[in-house]
Amino acid sequence: MDRLFLVASTLFFLLAVVRTALLIRGGAFRPGRSSFLAIAGGFVLQTAFLWVRGNTLGRCPLTNLFEVFIFMAWSVALIYMLVGPAYRLSLMGAFTAPLVLLIQTFALLSPIDRPSAPKMAVNPWLEFHASMSIVAYGAFALACVAGLMYLVQERQLKTHQIHSVFHHLPPLTDLYAAITRLLWLGFGLYTAGLVSGFFTGEPLPRVKMVCAIAIWIFYGAILQGRHLFRLAPKQVAVLCVVAFSAAVCVLWGITFVSEKVPT
Amino acid sequence: MKLFCVGLSHHTANVETRERYARSIRIDPGLREKTGCVEALLLSTCNRVEVYGVAEQQVDDEAIARSLLTAASAQEAHDAAAFYRHEGDECVQHLFRVACGLDSMVVGETEVLGQAKQAYAEARTSGGTGPFLHRLFQRAFRVAKQVRTHTDITRGAVSVGSVAVDLAGKIFGELRERKVLVLGAGETSERTARALASRGVTDLRVSNRSGERAEILASLVGGRAVPFAGWENQCREVDILISSTAADEPLLTRAKLGPILRERWDRPLFIIDIAVPRDVAPDVNEMEGVFLYDIDSLQSIAEQSLALRRQQVAAGESIIAEHVADFGRWLRRQRGGASATASDAAIPRAELQTSES
Repeated sequence: MDRLFLVASTLFFLLAVVRTALLIRGGAFRPGRSSFLAIAGGFVLQTAFLWVRGNTLGRCPLTNLFEVFIFMAWSVALIYMLVGPAYRLSLMGAFTAPLVLLIQTFALLSPIDRPSAPKMAVNPWLEFHASMSIVAYGAFALACVAGLMYLVQERQLKTHQIHSVFHHLPPLTDLYAAITRLLWLGFGLYTAGLVSGFFTGEPLPRVKMVCAIAIWIFYGAILQGRHLFRLAPKQVAVLCVVAFSAAVCVLWGITFVSEKVPT
Repeated sequence: MKLFCVGLSHHTANVETRERYARSIRIDPGLREKTGCVEALLLSTCNRVEVYGVAEQQVDDEAIARSLLTAASAQEAHDAAAFYRHEGDECVQHLFRVACGLDSMVVGETEVLGQAKQAYAEARTSGGTGPFLHRLFQRAFRVAKQVRTHTDITRGAVSVGSVAVDLAGKIFGELRERKVLVLGAGETSERTARALASRGVTDLRVSNRSGERAEILASLVGGRAVPFAGWENQCREVDILISSTAADEPLLTRAKLGPILRERWDRPLFIIDIAVPRDVAPDVNEMEGVFLYDIDSLQSIAEQSLALRRQQVAAGESIIAEHVADFGRWLRRQRGGASATASDAAIPRAELQTSES
């Protein structure tokens, strides 16, 4: 039953992607209210899925890889809803929807929605740790999206090839400011998630801890590297994409380990 | 009641011919009496002179043309071939196309909409408009707004100066806090500097081999002159460099700019090189954080924008067609019996005062 919400949600994101693709193909792309509404609809249905799944499980729905991916897709949509309009990054929806669509489609088609091993009683610290970390991933995903937008805009400006999308992309300096804020937001949430992990009172697998700290150091290095290593905005944008790709791989690894060694 | 438009434009008349006709936005007060028009409005811009009218009987084109002649040209009225006439739905469609910039020399330009609003306001004040023209022009403003919102017809700059300002906006966003160095005191750099100043730039520096010319240009664009010797050092601070000197060799090369960029690694530098031969070595564009545009690339973007606008014409036309059909139905209802006076009374005062933006 709960998967129906998710299928419907995925269709909403698909709608946003198809609309954008058709507009770009027609050479007249413009971010419109319909894309935002499609993403908002998808977000509501994601929330419904997580609510139903959470009630069924009697805990935060982060018990297997499938739920982790859906929670991450939800976090991406949540942060887009909060950040996109605030920073007038309306076009971000055009880049966010495909990312969410990809995550959800992969999650729905892969045989990863397996009931996890019986758990112990609900541990609030553990749930806080897991949910904070995943929401941080949402911020990192949006930083990655803003990074991609930066790279697209920068390339058009460098090569002098101006396409329809150019007029709807925000200025480079605004995108860079958004990347920085999203990185700080994600870093703050991730730090909270990481620190709370030590209060769960449960043994943490070493590989999980090392990977989590490595990701934390990577993002910390990007934030500080701007000054220490004189990273140019374009390099920061590239690193946002690289770091998020690495972080998703690590998340997969961490969750895989968690499923083998229940915490 | 017949709704019609008689006029000439850049499509039918050269500039010499257009010059002979009304430059004032006020219609001849006697025109309505002379021609028997119930309502009349004059739209006069650089590229067109048109009278929109409503009359019980057919109005002679020549009578309108004569009334539009400027005093200085009163003897040379042999331009009948340059005048066109649109009636009913064709007139409605023509005005909507004009208001949307589809009939303009530069497709999608928005200045004509402001001029149409001004003409409408003028005619309303002088009592030239009644229920038909009021409704026609209000609808035209609405159509123009809709076409602008739902198509890319006004997107992109189509002149070198405005392309440069647009690009600066896409790199820096808000331009108010940006520092600009104008190198060389040519006409194009002056226009570009003025365009940037109009977008809020206040820190404009002008440098030229002739200090006197630098002072003159600085005073014209509201900037300050800086010495030509060691102008490269200004690149440490400025965000935008406009270069148009008459130098034979590139003034700015990778070797010169390299050390400067190391000090400003996180701030982009936008270079507009409008000199021929070029002042900036082309490979400077490959440097991180540098966006170099020469006159050809600016021109090419202007042409791309124009091409994009042309692609959007069909989308604009289809919006217009819907409104023409709708307005045509209203027009036929009025002709079919319902009195225009009754309809006039039905138009709220607030609506009459609305100038849709």
